Amino acid sequence: MNIFVVIPAYNEEERIRQVLDDLSLLPYKIVVVDDASVDKTSEIVATYPNVVLLRHRLNRDQGAALQTGNQYALARGADLIVHFDADGQFLSKEIEEVIQPILEGNYDIVFGSRFLEKKSDIPAFKKKIIFPLAKLVNRVFLGIKTSDPQSGFRAMTREVAERIQIEQDGKAHCSEIMAKAFEYKLKIKEVPITVIYHEFGQSMGHGFKILKDILFSKISK
Amino acid sequence: MMYLQIVVTIFIVFILLKLFLQKQKNRISLLAFLIWLLLWLAVLTVFWLPDTTSYLAAWLGIGRGADLVVYVSILVIFYMIFRVFVRLNKIEEEITKVVREDAIKNVKEE
Repeated sequence: MNIFVVIPAYNEEERIRQVLDDLSLLPYKIVVVDDASVDKTSEIVATYPNVVLLRHRLNRDQGAALQTGNQYALARGADLIVHFDADGQFLSKEIEEVIQPILEGNYDIVFGSRFLEKKSDIPAFKKKIIFPLAKLVNRVFLGIKTSDPQSGFRAMTREVAERIQIEQDGKAHCSEIMAKAFEYKLKIKEVPITVIYHEFGQSMGHGFKILKDILFSKISK
Repeated sequence: MMYLQIVVTIFIVFILLKLFLQKQKNRISLLAFLIWLLLWLAVLTVFWLPDTTSYLAAWLGIGRGADLVVYVSILVIFYMIFRVFVRLNKIEEEITKVVREDAIKNVKEE
């Protein structure tokens, strides 16, 4: 089984070392897509002999970086692709739990969810206002019915990665992938994950940008 | 009104000259040339014979000719903005594609 972990990274010199140290202990192929970082992200990644480094010459944002990682992994014969964050908000040991439903052969795509069982310490404003709004948008416009509207921790089979082309370069890729998974009637599973919040992350402004991207993609195609 | 008419006329003549030159150098298609030609001639007509818009406005059920000009202009501008957005989106997509191919080609493995 060829399992690839794709990590989009933009200016993550502070945190990526820890993420790669943790992941290196696991039996996965690691691919970092450096999205034209202006800090030392790629130099740090280059010091890890077992980590593949793809570099965007221009910053194309997270969705674009994930699609680059997917295409690379597919070309290298990936059977299963995991999307993971470079800023250390996910736990590497939980990859096993996220890929389990696929390995058992019952599911096509698995989304990590912050809202099932496990306790992620989600800031109140996000939990009470942003996420319910995001869920509503997802449900009304995209037919997505998951407990977590914007999960960046997911795993998919080779077939799914070939089928779901990520066209949203920006942060709207989360909703896009979920929408396509439902549209293509894939076997979808949500798995509880832990998310460690740092001070930053996506703000309300990002939320509006995502909404704009989604609506615009609906009218411009 | 007189001075404005002269200024606008000079301006349009200048644009039409450029348009003819572009056509001669085959920089634009015949269709594009005709559309632009008609558009600028229409602008010229409106400035010299403002009443023409009134006839058209009355026929369309709009009170004044000037209102009609404003409505049509806004529609055209919105349409053009939309076209620019779509085009921009397409260019963004193409840039991403090029950046992606470059990244995969120049991958650093092991």
